[in-house]
Amino acid sequence: MTVVPSPVDSTWGQAGISETPKFLGRLMRRPVAIVCVGYVAALIAVAVVAPIAMPWVANQHAGDLLATRQGPSSHHLLGTDTLGRDVLERILVGTRVSLLGVGEALAVVLVLGVPFGLVAGYHGGWLDRIVTWLGDLTFSIPAIVMIMVVLAVFPESMLAGMCTLGVVAAPGLMRVVRAATLQVRDELYIGAARVSGLSHVQIIRRHVLSRIAGPIIVQASLLAALALLVQSYLAFLGLVVAAPAPSWGGMVADGVNALELQSWLIWPPGIVLAVTILAFGLLGDAARDATTERWSPTPSRSDTSRRRYRRKPVRPADDSDQQRRPSRRTRDETDRSTDTRGALLTVDGLTASFGTRAGRATVLADVSFAIDEGEAVGLVGESGCGKTATAMAILGLLPASGTVDSGKIIFDGRDLTSLSARGMGRIRGGEIALVSQEPMVGLNPAFRVGWQLAECVRRHLHLPRTEAKAAAIELLRLVRLPNPESVARRYPHELSGGMAQRVAIARALAGNPKLLIADEPTTALDVTVQAEILNLLRELRRDRQMALLLVTHDWGVVADVCDRALVMYAGEIVERARVERMFRAPLHPYTEALFASNPYLANHADELPMIPGAVPLPGMWPIGCHFHPRCRYAIDQCRTGAIALARPEPDHETRCTEYKRLAGAAR
Amino acid sequence: MTAVPAFARDRAQAHRNGGWELAFLSRRSVVGVVLRRVALAVPLLVAVSGLSFVLVSVTPGDAARQIVGVNASQATYLSVRKELGLNLPVYTQYWHWLTHAIHGDLGTSLLTGQAVGQTISSRLPVTIALVGVALLVSLVVGVALGVASAVRGGVLGRAIDAFALLGFAFPVFWVGAILIAVFAVKLRWFPASGYVPISESVGQWLSSFALPALALSLGGIAAMAKQTRESMLDVLGSEYIRMVRASGLAPSSIVLRHALKNAAAPVLTVLGVQAVGLLGGTILVENVFALPGLGSLVVSATLGHDLPVVEGVAVVFTLIVVAVNLAIDIGYTLLNPRIDTR
Repeated sequence: MTVVPSPVDSTWGQAGISETPKFLGRLMRRPVAIVCVGYVAALIAVAVVAPIAMPWVANQHAGDLLATRQGPSSHHLLGTDTLGRDVLERILVGTRVSLLGVGEALAVVLVLGVPFGLVAGYHGGWLDRIVTWLGDLTFSIPAIVMIMVVLAVFPESMLAGMCTLGVVAAPGLMRVVRAATLQVRDELYIGAARVSGLSHVQIIRRHVLSRIAGPIIVQASLLAALALLVQSYLAFLGLVVAAPAPSWGGMVADGVNALELQSWLIWPPGIVLAVTILAFGLLGDAARDATTERWSPTPSRSDTSRRRYRRKPVRPADDSDQQRRPSRRTRDETDRSTDTRGALLTVDGLTASFGTRAGRATVLADVSFAIDEGEAVGLVGESGCGKTATAMAILGLLPASGTVDSGKIIFDGRDLTSLSARGMGRIRGGEIALVSQEPMVGLNPAFRVGWQLAECVRRHLHLPRTEAKAAAIELLRLVRLPNPESVARRYPHELSGGMAQRVAIARALAGNPKLLIADEPTTALDVTVQAEILNLLRELRRDRQMALLLVTHDWGVVADVCDRALVMYAGEIVERARVERMFRAPLHPYTEALFASNPYLANHADELPMIPGAVPLPGMWPIGCHFHPRCRYAIDQCRTGAIALARPEPDHETRCTEYKRLAGAAR
Repeated sequence: MTAVPAFARDRAQAHRNGGWELAFLSRRSVVGVVLRRVALAVPLLVAVSGLSFVLVSVTPGDAARQIVGVNASQATYLSVRKELGLNLPVYTQYWHWLTHAIHGDLGTSLLTGQAVGQTISSRLPVTIALVGVALLVSLVVGVALGVASAVRGGVLGRAIDAFALLGFAFPVFWVGAILIAVFAVKLRWFPASGYVPISESVGQWLSSFALPALALSLGGIAAMAKQTRESMLDVLGSEYIRMVRASGLAPSSIVLRHALKNAAAPVLTVLGVQAVGLLGGTILVENVFALPGLGSLVVSATLGHDLPVVEGVAVVFTLIVVAVNLAIDIGYTLLNPRIDTR
C-alpha cells in the first residue's frame, strides 16, 4: 500500500549480527519461516512449470466466449474472466512474470547494495559518507515515479522498471550492510584476524560475510515483498506485461473493469498477490526475529502494560506457605503487635513476585516493618535484595510483571493493596512521594521543569494555573535552587545531576506528602553534591515533619539521616534496630559483613574484605537461611529450615539463630 | 515490517536513551533543519529531472520521430527535431529544460500540445487533497489505535499487529477494488468512480472522495498504529513515566501528555515515510477510481511516451515530498526540546 523506496529498517541490520549456519538453523526452527519458504519454493516451481505445461495460456486472446465471467465451477475452479479464459490457468501462468520482476529487482539491489555497503562499512571514509548521503536522498523519492520516467523511455520494459526499483532501493540495503559490517569490524577477533596476516578480501569473505548474512536475508525478503507490490502496480496500470499475457496485477485490473457485472474476478488474483507479499514479509520478520534472538532476553512486553494500573487482588497466603513456616508467622505476628502502634506505615507480611520466563519468582518474602510519623528509616542491602521492590510495592508501582501476592500495606489506616487505581492515584504524590536514583532520567525530557512541577501541584493541591506556577517556583526555592524562575523555564536536559535531583525532590514535595520514599537518592551524584542533597533531605524532614524511607546501600547515608535501619537480604528483612545500636553491635552476619566491607567503617585500612559470593537471584534462593552460603557462622540448622526473626533486645531483631556468637565476636 | 529509515531510528534511539548523551546530535535549530532539507532537495531534483535526459540520449528514436510518425520525410523529421531542440547535445537540452523549469515552464506535452505546467496545476488540487486527507486520516486514526492498544494491550494489540500486516500486504489498487465492490457496487453508498469538484458540490465531492481516501489511508493507518504502539510501549516503560506515575497524576495525563509527546517523534518520522508512500499510492488510486489528478495524468503520459509530462509530474512529486519532509522535520524540532536554543 505504501510504496516506500525501500522498507529498510536498519535496526534489523544493526541488531542482527549472526553466523550464517547458526542463523539459518535458528530461522528454520520457526514454523512461520518454514511455511513461507515452502510457499515461495512452490511458487517458483509453478513459475517454471506452468507456462511449459500450459503453453496456450500466454497468447490466448479469448477463451470460451459463451462462458464469460463465470463464477467457480467444477469445470473452471476459479471461474472464467471477461473473455471466457480460465482464471486459475492465468494465475498459474502469471506467476512467472511476477516472480521474474521480483528476481530482477532483487538481483540489482543485492549486486549494488552488498558490495558497496560492505566496503563502506569496512573502510569508512568518503565512500561511507556517500552511501549514507545516498540513503538519505533515496528515502525521499517516490520509487514508482522514477519507474514511470524510465518506462516512458523504455515502453513496457519490465526489466527496466524493476531495475530502476532496484537502484532506488539499493542505498537502503547499503546502509544496513554498512551498519552490520561496522559492528563486526569493531569486534576484537577481526583485529586478531588482521594481525594474523589475512588480506582484507579474505577477512571480508571469511569473517564479515558470514556474520552479516542474517540482516541481508531479512532485507532481501522485505525487498522481495516490495518488488512484488511494485510489479503488481505496474502490471495493474498496464505499463508492463502486454496483453494477452497474464499477470496478477493485470488480472485485478481486468476485474476492476468488470466490477459492475461480476465482482468475483478481483478476488483470486488479489488474494494470491496479498498472500505472496505476506509470505515475503513474514519471512523477513521471522528472519529478523532469528537475528535478534540472542539480544532479547526479556519476555514480550506486549500484553503487560495494563497491569501497571492494577494490582492483583490480595489473597491470604497459601496453606502450603503457612505449613512450611508456622513458627515464623506466629512469631512475627506477636512482634508486630508491639512495634507498630501509632505507625504511619505498616507493611505486614508483604510477599511479591515477578513473572520471568521460568515462571513466577518471589522477590519479597513476608516483609514486615513499620515507620512512625516523622521517622527516618533506612532500608539497606546489596543490589538485588528487594529494597527497590519493597519501595515500589508500597506505591503500587511494581514493574509490569510484578504482583503483590499477599500481605498488607497499611498507610494512615488504609490498606493500599486493596485501594482502587483512583484511590492509589491520590496516595501517590499526595501522601507518599518518591525520589528516584537517577534524577536525569526521572524527569520527563519533553516538558519544562516548571510545568512538570505545576502539574503535580495542580493535581494534589487543586490550585488554579497561575497559583500552581507560583507554587512550583516556591518549591524550587524550597529545595535551595538558586534562580528558581530560570530553572523553571529549563528542560531537564539543561540541568546538572544535582539540580535535577533537587527538582525531583521538589516534585516529590509538591503534594505535601507524609512519607517520602527516597530510592538511592544520592548514588548517581558526585560526592560533594551527595552531601548537599542529604542535608536537604534531613532539613526538609525536620521542617515538614515528614517520614522518610531511605533506600540505600551506603551506611554513611544511614548514619547521617536515619533513626532506624532495616537490613534486607534476598527478599527478607534480616535485621532491624535503631541506627546507633546496629552500628555498635550488629546481630546478623550479613549486617556485620556489610560493615566490614564498608570503606569508612572497616578497621583494616589496607585490605577491604569482600563478602564472598553474590546475592542469589529471585527464584534461586537457598533452602533455610537465605544468607547461609555466604555466612561464616553457618551451621547445619541454617541449611534446613526457615529462620524466624529473633529479638535479643527490646528494639533489636535479627533473622539469625547464631547472633550470640556474632555479638561475642563483635565485642 | 513498518518501514523506518535509519535516520528515523537514530532519532528514535536518541529519544529513548533519554537523550543527553546524544544531545549534540540533535542540536539543530529550525533554520538548520530547513537548510539541511533544501541542501538535500537540490541534488534530488536534479537527479529526478536529469534521469530522463540521460535515458533518452542513450536510446535510439526520439520524440520528433514519435510526433511525425514513421512514414514522414526526413526533412519534416529534422525540422521537428530542430524545433524541439533535439539536435543539441543532451547537456544543453537539459540546461535549457532546467532554466525554463526554474521559471515555471516545464515544456509542452507531446500528446496534447498543452503547457505541462498548466496541465499539472489544473490536476494538482485533486492529488494534494487526496494525499492530505489520507495523511490526516492515517495520523488521527493510526495514533488513536496505537495509543489505545499500547495502554489496553491484549486483543487490541494483536488486532493492530494483524491489521498492520494486512496494510502492508494488500496492494492499494486491490483495496480500492474491494471498496468499490462492497460500497459502490453492492451497497451503492458511494459512486464507483468519477470526481465532482468541491466548487460544484461539497457533499458530492466528499462522496466521490471517500472511497479513494479510505483505500489510500488503510496502509498508512496500519503503519502509524504499529509505530505509535511500539514507541508508546517504549515510553510507558521508561523511568520518567514511572516517576510521573509515582507522583500520582491522572492516567489520562500520563498517557496523552507525558507519554505521547515523547512517543511522537518516531511516529512523526514514520508519517514522513508514509507521505512518500501515499504519494506513490495516489497513482494507483486515481486510476482505480478515475480521479483527474496527477496520478492518472502520469500513467496516461507514460503509456503515450509523453516525456515532458512524466518529467514534470516527477519533479512536482519530488517537490511535494521535500515539502512534507520539511514540515515533518520542523515538527520534530518543535516536539523535541533538546535543541540548542541559545
